Amino acid sequence: MYQWDFSILWSYRWLFVYGLELTVAFTLAIVALGLLAGLVAGLLKLSRFAPLRWLAAAYVEIFRCTPLLVQLVWFYYALPILTGIEISAVAASIMTLSLYGGSFYAEIIRGGIVSIDSGQSEAAAALGMTPAQGMRRIILPQALKRMLPPLMNQSIIQFKNTSLVSVLAVPDLLYQGQVAAHDSYRPLEIYTAIAIAYFIVLFPLTLIVRRGEKRLAASD
Amino acid sequence: MAEPVKTGTSIEVRGLRKRFGSLEVLKGIDLTVEAGGVVALIGPSGSGKSTLLRCINLLVVPDGGAVSVGTDSFAFGPGTRLPGTKALARFRAGAGMVFQHFNLFPHMSVLANVMEGPLTVQRLPKAEARALAQALLDKVGLADKAEQYPAKLSGGQKQRVAIARALAMRPAVMLFDEVTSALDPELVGEVLAVMKQLAAEGMTMVIVTHEIAFAREVADRVVFMRDGVVVEEGPAKAVIDAPREASTKAFLSHFHRRDEA
Repeated sequence: MYQWDFSILWSYRWLFVYGLELTVAFTLAIVALGLLAGLVAGLLKLSRFAPLRWLAAAYVEIFRCTPLLVQLVWFYYALPILTGIEISAVAASIMTLSLYGGSFYAEIIRGGIVSIDSGQSEAAAALGMTPAQGMRRIILPQALKRMLPPLMNQSIIQFKNTSLVSVLAVPDLLYQGQVAAHDSYRPLEIYTAIAIAYFIVLFPLTLIVRRGEKRLAASD
Repeated sequence: MAEPVKTGTSIEVRGLRKRFGSLEVLKGIDLTVEAGGVVALIGPSGSGKSTLLRCINLLVVPDGGAVSVGTDSFAFGPGTRLPGTKALARFRAGAGMVFQHFNLFPHMSVLANVMEGPLTVQRLPKAEARALAQALLDKVGLADKAEQYPAKLSGGQKQRVAIARALAMRPAVMLFDEVTSALDPELVGEVLAVMKQLAAEGMTMVIVTHEIAFAREVADRVVFMRDGVVVEEGPAKAVIDAPREASTKAFLSHFHRRDEA
């Protein structure tokens, strides 16, 4: 029977703190950039011009239908060879995770917009609003309410996806854990602690999303 | 508050054509509405009357013909360029439209709904837009509902808010698209009363309706449409009481029968 010894974790506490800080900062960055990419791609998918719709669809499908781990490795190793531009592991990670998240956000944003009754944009147009004004004042505020729970869900998944950047030696929570595990020969305790750290951050967020979904169901 | 009577403002539709796929919905429509005139468009479902109304403010862009409202006019067809979004928006601002299903903005209070056009489109100062909206809500008898959200209102109240929202743009003409069709029977009267008052104040109006008695009483002229063409038009009482065309007679007899039943 394995003898658990969690006391060894204490000597690695700073590694955990640095790792968690980086993971949280990474998540904030890729959620923000991903939402931007998703908003642009989602709106392009609704464009009147077919080539713009195709462009957005190609982006979404390429990133949705290939594994994130493959994308990370490709952007870090293959892109510099093809373009001649060297990028750091952190830059490659942020770019890949943002684009990957954006492909999912795009579908959520597009779906939220088309779920709003067409009478709303007609009423906006009849008042004399341009399509852009109607989108900003009438459609997006209503659509955002419906998008919020799935956007939060996707962001939670993004938080977990940041663990993959450890393969590019970005010192996130998982990478720091690997360092500690090799150093201490105590991988069971270390990886258990890492799992708990992710859980402690994410579980409250899932509760917030669930409450938001309930409130949304009640208000409709 | 009294709406100014805009003399010279009228609607002019010439040779209007619209096709959806293989279905030709409007087959060359001519329609003239004098300033201050009230025209009722009647006809069976699918006759094209709602599409005609939506072509007047270009919510539906015609394939051919010309539309003018007041001093603004657009021609459509081969060789003409489609108006840009800015030009379209400016044109639509001059025609108020009220929809069958209200289409109020559910995320805004009743007052904000009425203020939205003046604020966003005309860039009116907030205080001015608020005063205008309050005066219009008062006019449609809903001053006490200003802070409510649309979901809390009855159908008749929603439709009166929608009328106030359209009036807030101070449109030259008002277009009504079957505005009482989605209402419970006991709520129809309050909406028709507001429209009657508008007509009496000299607002130029085009009304698509199945309320034949209302059309007879309020409209100056009635236009009967069927299968995308104007079959018969004339003074309201003459057309409704003594239709000349067989299809007008057949359509109206349906209403007389229902009224007697």
